[in-house]
Order: sequence, then C-alpha cells, then structure tokens
Amino acid sequence: MNFQTTIGLEVHVELKTNSKIYSPSPVQYGVEPNLNTNVIDWAYPGTLPTLNKGVVRDGIMAGLALHANITKHMHFDRKNYFYPDNPKAYQITQSETPIATDGWVEIEVNGKKKKIGIAEMHIEEDAGKNTHTGEYSYVDLNRQGTPLIEIVSKPDIASPDEAVAYLEALRQRIQFTGISDVKMEEGSMRVDTNISIRPFGSDQFGTKTEMKNINSFNYVKNALEFEEKRHQKVILSGGTIAQETRRYDEATKETVAMRSKEGSEDYRYFPEPDIPPLDVSDAWIEEIKQEMPEMPGERRARYTKELGLSDYDAMVLTQTKEMSDFFDEAVKDGADAKRVANYLMNDVNSYLNDEHLDLPDTKLTPAHLAGMVKLITDGTISSKMAKKVFKGIIAGEEPAAYAKAHGLVQLSDPKELQPIIDDILANNQQSIEDFKNGKDRAVGYLVGQIMKQTRGKANPQVVNQLLMKSLQAQ
Amino acid sequence: MAEKIDRQEVKHVADLAKLSFDDAALDKITPQLEEIIALFTDLQKVDTDGVEPMYTPTTEQNVMREDHGVRSGQRDELLANAPETYDGLIKVPAIIDESEDGE
Amino acid sequence: MNFSETNISDLHNQLVKGEVSATDLTKESFKRIKETDDDVKAFLTLNEDAALKRAGEIDKAGIADDQLLAGIPLAVKDNIVTKGLRTTAASKILGNFKPIYDATVIEKMNAAGFINVGKTNMDEFAMGSSTENSAFQKTKNPWDLTRVPGGSSGGSAAAVAAGDVLAAFGTDTGGSIRQPASFNGIVGMKPTYGRVSRWGIIAFGSSFDQVGWLSKNVKDNAILMQAISGLDAHDMTSADVDVPNWAAHLDEASVKGLKIAVPEEYTSDALDDDVREVITAALKHFESLGATVETVSLPHTKYGVSAYYILASSEASSNLQRYDGIRYGFRADDVKNLEDVYVRTRTEGFGEEVKRRIMLGTFSLSAGFYDAYFNKAAKVRRLIADDFNKVFKDYDLILGATDASTAFKLGDKVTDPTKMYLNDALTIPVNMAGLPAMSLPAGFSKKDGMPVGLQIIGKPFDEQTIYDAAYVFEQTTDFHKKNAQLGGQD
Repeated sequence: MNFQTTIGLEVHVELKTNSKIYSPSPVQYGVEPNLNTNVIDWAYPGTLPTLNKGVVRDGIMAGLALHANITKHMHFDRKNYFYPDNPKAYQITQSETPIATDGWVEIEVNGKKKKIGIAEMHIEEDAGKNTHTGEYSYVDLNRQGTPLIEIVSKPDIASPDEAVAYLEALRQRIQFTGISDVKMEEGSMRVDTNISIRPFGSDQFGTKTEMKNINSFNYVKNALEFEEKRHQKVILSGGTIAQETRRYDEATKETVAMRSKEGSEDYRYFPEPDIPPLDVSDAWIEEIKQEMPEMPGERRARYTKELGLSDYDAMVLTQTKEMSDFFDEAVKDGADAKRVANYLMNDVNSYLNDEHLDLPDTKLTPAHLAGMVKLITDGTISSKMAKKVFKGIIAGEEPAAYAKAHGLVQLSDPKELQPIIDDILANNQQSIEDFKNGKDRAVGYLVGQIMKQTRGKANPQVVNQLLMKSLQAQ
Repeated sequence: MAEKIDRQEVKHVADLAKLSFDDAALDKITPQLEEIIALFTDLQKVDTDGVEPMYTPTTEQNVMREDHGVRSGQRDELLANAPETYDGLIKVPAIIDESEDGE
Repeated sequence: MNFSETNISDLHNQLVKGEVSATDLTKESFKRIKETDDDVKAFLTLNEDAALKRAGEIDKAGIADDQLLAGIPLAVKDNIVTKGLRTTAASKILGNFKPIYDATVIEKMNAAGFINVGKTNMDEFAMGSSTENSAFQKTKNPWDLTRVPGGSSGGSAAAVAAGDVLAAFGTDTGGSIRQPASFNGIVGMKPTYGRVSRWGIIAFGSSFDQVGWLSKNVKDNAILMQAISGLDAHDMTSADVDVPNWAAHLDEASVKGLKIAVPEEYTSDALDDDVREVITAALKHFESLGATVETVSLPHTKYGVSAYYILASSEASSNLQRYDGIRYGFRADDVKNLEDVYVRTRTEGFGEEVKRRIMLGTFSLSAGFYDAYFNKAAKVRRLIADDFNKVFKDYDLILGATDASTAFKLGDKVTDPTKMYLNDALTIPVNMAGLPAMSLPAGFSKKDGMPVGLQIIGKPFDEQTIYDAAYVFEQTTDFHKKNAQLGGQD
C-alpha cells in the first residue's frame, strides 16, 4: 500500500517588543527571576490588561509578510486552564477572530516549487517558566506576557522535507520583517507538529499524532520521519494509530507517547471582556506596509537587476536578514557589489562556519568590508594582500590603517616604479632584444623581475603600463 | 442540549473548576444547580435569530498602549505575598502527572 | 456624631473655618462606629491608626476652599484594593491579603484628601443580595437588626445608614449598590459602565462591574462621583468622556417637562403591595412637579435574571481562577502536590455561593453548552439593551422600583439560591445594558416601616439627568430626613 502524508505545523514566534502584550513590564532575558514582573503579570486581584499597540502592529506586519488577509474587526478571547506558569489561569489569545487568515509561503524541495497555505495567525501571551525539581516546581514570571504570534499551517505539507522547507521560509520572512529573532535555540521560534497518513487517493485524513515544542529544524525532520514510518508500520501490520501527544527523544531519535491527560482539555473560550474590540483601519495597514522592510524576494530582484549579481549570489545573500543587511550597507558605502558579494559568500561565510559564529557575533563591520573592497578596486592593495587584510578586518581593524601598518600597500606611484624599471631594463638587454623581435614572453619575464625587486608590492597594472612605454622607447 | 445537570456532570464541571464536592456537598449542590439551570432554559423561548451577541456594554474601540517597557520595582513586595518562595522564585508542590510545560 | 445628620458642604465649611479638624471628624467617625458596629457589623477591617495619621497630616497642611473632600471620613467596600490595608472581598481565600497597590478610585480619593476609616463587609466576591455570604460576619440592617442590609454592598449601606460615615464606596454588578441603598433608605448610584475605572476593583463580572457611591444625600453622591470618574489608562474599558460637575447646578434643577417612562415590568404585580404603593406615590409626586409619566414596556426584562446569571457567572468563573494558592492569599494546609494546592485551596477557600456561581459559569462555558447558554445569553443581553435604547428615544428617564420588596429577614432567602437570584430582577437589566442608575429613598413601607427605594435609570453617560431628578425629589420630600434608629424606630 502506498501512503500520502499530511503534516500540520503550529509555529509560535516571540516578538521583540519593548513591553509585554498586556502589561508594561519589559520584555528582556537573562535577568533575575521575577524582576520584570508587576501586579498584572502576577494576576493580582483587581488588575486589568492593557493592550500593547506594538504587538498589534507586528502581528499585522507578520500577516502582510505571509501574504495573509488582515482581519478588520477583531477581539480577544480567554483560554482557561490552570497551570503555575499561567497566573490568571487563562491565556488571553484570539480564537474567534485571528489577526490574519489565509496566507501562504513558497517553498522549493528537490527543485519543485510549492505554495504552503497558512490557515490563521493569532497574537497572544506567552506563559512564565516552570522549573521542576523532584517535589517542587519553581515559577519565574519574567516570560509571562511576552508577546507571541501563533502561525497555523493548512494541511498542505506532504513530507518532512517540505515541513522543514516551510519552517525555513517562515523563519526567513519573519526575520526580514525584524519583529522577531526567530531563533529556535533561544526559544523565540517554537514548533508544534501534527502528522497523519492515509492511503493514496483516500479523501479521509488519517488519525493525527502531535508533538510539541521540538527545538531544532533537524529534530523536526527526524521526528516527523520517525512518526511517518511508525504510522506506516502500525497501519500495515493491521493496527490503528492512537490520537495522542508524543515526545521526540533526541538521544534515541524515537518518539514516545506521553501519558495522556484524563479526558480532553476543555478550554472554555469566551470573548475577553477587559479588552475592547479593535477595528483595524485601511490607513493603519497601509502605514505598516510602508514601514515593512524589503522582503527576500524583493531584495533578490534588486540584487540581480540593479547590482548585476547572479541569481545564485542573490539567493545566498538573502538567506538571512543579517547577511543581506550587511551586504546592503557595504554597497551603500560605495564598495563594488560583486566584490562585496564574493567576500561575504566565500571568506566571510567560511570564517563563520569554521568559528561557528553568526555574522553579528563577529567584529566585522560593513564599513570595514567596504573599505577593504575599495582598497582593492582602487589598486591600493592586491587581491593577495586582501587575504591578509581580511584577517585584520575580521578582528575589527580598520582596513586602510591595517594595510599600512602591515606594509600591505601596492607600489603604484610611477615616480617610484620608473627607476626600478629602468634599472631592470639596464640589466636585461637580452630581453629588450627579444621584445623587439616580437617575443612577448620577454614582457612576462621583465614583470616578474620587477615584482621580485619590489617583493610583490608593485601594482601589476601600473608596472605593465610603465614597462610597455619604456620598452617601446628603447 | 442537555437540559439537566446530573451528578456526573457536576463532578466533571467541578474538575474543570478545580473544586471538589464530597457526597454530602454533591447531594446539596446538584439539585440547586439543576433548579437554576432549569430557570436558564427560559432563554430558549427567546427568538434570537440574527441577533448579534453582546459581550460588553463598552463602546470603546481601538484602545491601545504605546510600547514602552517599565520595570515595576515591585518584585520584593510580590514575592513577600507569596505563600512560598525560593531564591526569587515562586515555590509550589510539584505536578504529579507528566504534562507539558505550559502551552 | 451621627454622620447622617450632616453633609460634605457643611463639614467642608467647618473644616476651612477651623471650627472642626479632620482629626476631630475622624475620631467622631470611629466613635460612632464603636457605638453602632457591635450591632450592625458593617466593617471587616478598621483603619484607625492610619486614618488618624492621615487626618493629622491633612490638618497640618491645611484645607483650602477647593479641597471639598479633604478630611472627610468615608468607608470602602472590601473588594476595592487598598495598598497595605487588608482587602479580602469577604473571602477566606483572601483572608490574609495585603494589596501592594491602590485602586484608581482610591488613588483619586487619596489625592482629594479623603480619610479611609475602614473596609466594609459584603457578600463574598460581591456574589449575593444580603451580605449573608460573607466568610466573616453577617451585617444587620440598622433600621431593623433582624433584617438584612441587602447586598452585596451591605456593609457600606449599613455603615452609611448607621451614621458611621456620610458615604461609602460600593460596587454594582447586578444591583449591589442600588438594592442595599433601597433596603437602607439611602442614595446609591451606579454610574455608566466605563465612567469609573475598574483598576483595583476585585473582578466579579468584568462586563458588568462598576464602582459607585452609597450616600446619605444626593448632592454628596454627585460630588463624590465626580471625584472618582474619568478615563484611566489602566482600564481599557474606561470611557473617554468628559466628566461634568454634576453637583454644580443641582439647586437650579427642575423636572418640569421631563419625560419619564415607567416600564410595566417595574410596577407590576411582582412588586409587594407596600412597595408599589410607595413607588406609585413617588411617580405622582414627579407628575405634580411638572414631569410627564407614561407606561412603557421592556419586554425582555423577564429574561434578564437568567441571562445575567449565565454571563456574570461565566466571567466570574474565569476571573476567580487566579485564586489558586500559588502567588498570594490563602493556601490550604498540608498540600502534597499541585492538584492538591488547586483543589483544596479553592474548595476550602471559597464559600458556598461563590462555588455555586463558579460551577454555573464553568458549566455555561463548557464544551457542548457554550452556544445554548453563554452565547444565547449574550444575544438576549443585546435584546435587553435594545429595549432600553428604544425607550430612551422618546424619554429622558426610566423610573420604577429598585426592588420588589423591602429588606427581608436574615436567613429568609439564603438557603434558596433561586429565590435570592430572582430578587435582583429589577436591577440586573441596567447592568446588562451598562446604564447609569440610582436608588433614591422614596418612602416607607406601610407594612413594616422599612425604607423603599425608587430606581432612576438614565441614558448612557447622562448621570446629570438622574442627579437632577433625584435632587428635586429629595428636596421636595421629607423621606431623607428620617434616619435609622438603632434599637427600634420611633
């Protein structure tokens, strides 16, 4: 029997706002427990939420970035459940009127392009953090109220590879809006998955199993692949799939069923009475569109059409917003686009790979890279010298100063070069004869001698020019 | 629509609300709830076709706060009011079942 | 000193002239409380030391002409949070709770220089109509100590009727200011939903709750209401509407030409005869003053109680989930695991009525019942609000009884929740629609001599017309001159 797979993904993205979604406490990590909390975050008697405008704006921007329809009239809903990291015992979210619906992203797997639909997106609050140690749990409410966008896919994803491609596309687009760091390892992007299989051609979905909070793209792929095979095995051996939540064990690379709670949850959603409804105006949406940073597709088009880069180069440079922003800034500084692109894609990328670093973690600045490229373009340094200067700028040095301090400057001044050329010619009469007899390789020999004399610092272009003039004058 | 609420339903609702009723309390509250809910079924007589539900009398709209972060400075007072704390954290007896951390 | 015999303007004039000090008034208030409260049991927490200290500071700073409320002792219902002063909502679950912030209304009154003498008893979490649902004590009606003061603001109403203070804070979710005002022969005003910030009001039904005042007279009520009203950034449902000086022109107020609607549902057979008699006379009095009085119908009134108990209990079931024994307040002893913390804390910490409402609300929102109960009730709410809108197209005010009966005997209804719920039938629709409404002393029952309240309902944010009509009525009748006599009426 052949099966087809259906995967659904719920992605939570943490927003980088200054304050929480329903309270003015700062959104900030790595501070003392409960420092960034107030009476609202603790659900004190008498407290009320106040809605952060920045979160609504970011939600609309995310919706636009994912080609979704922005909901004009929306309200918030309460989702009721008890847990120590959920102080009100309800989460203020959107269930009836998600901020955006019906979006999509494009993915490419094995050279085939496909649109994956996004059913809906909500803005909501994150919970605090619980730490369990044996008999006790310890609650830190710093994260309580951090704004989240939840992005729910349509059942369009047909393989674990497509799932990962979808997550990458989502991450890329959200990252380019600048509203979130979207880093799985830091928890600013979290993925819940569900998967089911059914015989090819069947119009009935199979039973779903869910996995929550998988924390890397690789694990998502491995976990889904494992589940896909497990479903197939169970069904082929005549069994049935239990609808359950499973956990991916990173060590064994297997999924295991979690103890299921008695009965299904009943969240008793109802409209939040403490937050008046929102009526999003077209003018506001238009304003947010204007503020929206250029998306990867638009950047790629600009790189190929205006800057003459290849499709491949444009694609590599727009993998992350950081790389793309870096490139744009260096080019804005007046450096040659192609050269900047080459350095970023080769020297910089291999450095980052070797050191396991992200671009912002290095001391390299767009201005320094641009400076180095300009030194190459104007002949101050050679490509060979640039290799050495690169070591300087990656350590935060200013390129011109570094080149000078390390003697990495080409001899381009004719006044300095001419005496050397004259001297070499005077000592190589035979080569002059050869040149006159039409033997071109004599030139190459003479250039070599000059480079040797200048220990490689002579600017080959200038040397060539001056040498030809001198030879013809002989 | 179930118009009656029986002991089983009362127990289920109590579970959701994190309340418990012993047998004597169940004997008392079940008929009370039954009577009140019977009163509620009156509403089924009202024709509400095409009526927009009203969840709040407020006519306010688009009330939002600018995104400025402010630290409360109330951490110590908050912790002082908690029944149990440890090292700046709120302390609670542990969860016995293996449910996931939060949502 | 009996504060029923004075008013804000008189006290203010004496304070400004130095004939009396804030400290004197504060001491007088505590003296009166000590005389009356063993019988009445209006107060849960007295704030004597802090109140006297505050009075001393105010005396030292001096009281200027425009500081109308400086040095005036008042009481606060115990579901309004007061920084550093125990606030329990009359619940065991908050029995030891000391708030770390002030409600907006307290902040405003503090800025105005009021003296908070203490926190008044109430039905637990404001759920009830008799104040018998307090976890701590039963408050008695000062007019007849065998009767209830009404609820849920029963402690505040009794404190005013007993002359302990000239006004006290109340909150009104389904009639909790107006019904006790009616039972205690005082003025109780619930402003328009959104008029007063709910920040710091311990939530019961968030889309119904409003703060207001119970006072001996109309003008004081208007003065106090102005002081606490207005937009508040802490409460997104607070209205961006100008706050008038309602008291300023009361002396020129007139009801001539005023169009009064009287819903048949508010004067029907459902009212006790003695109450109807008083209400009919009051309506006649308005006519005699030049108002027109016509009968109208609010046809969905009869569904108000059901719809209200579904919606308010649903909101309450969610609002009260935060009382879980983890961050503040009561936690049950010897809890072994998290489930224990939740279930035992809540089961031991909440009283019977609160648990009943939590159960009703949880049920109404639960899977399979939401559409038939919660959402159906929300639609009926719209119809009830539309009934009012229609009438207000042609009329300025709606008048009727506040309650079908006078104050009932302690223990009479508390065992029968359904009967108790039906008691609020005339006050609930106002909260459903978010309208402003007052209960005004309109006379006394010929049957039992107890006070009867006239309910005056206004258009949204038109508190002025209510205050005007109430003031004219008060000034042209003598009912307000009669005060409760503890230990038996004359």
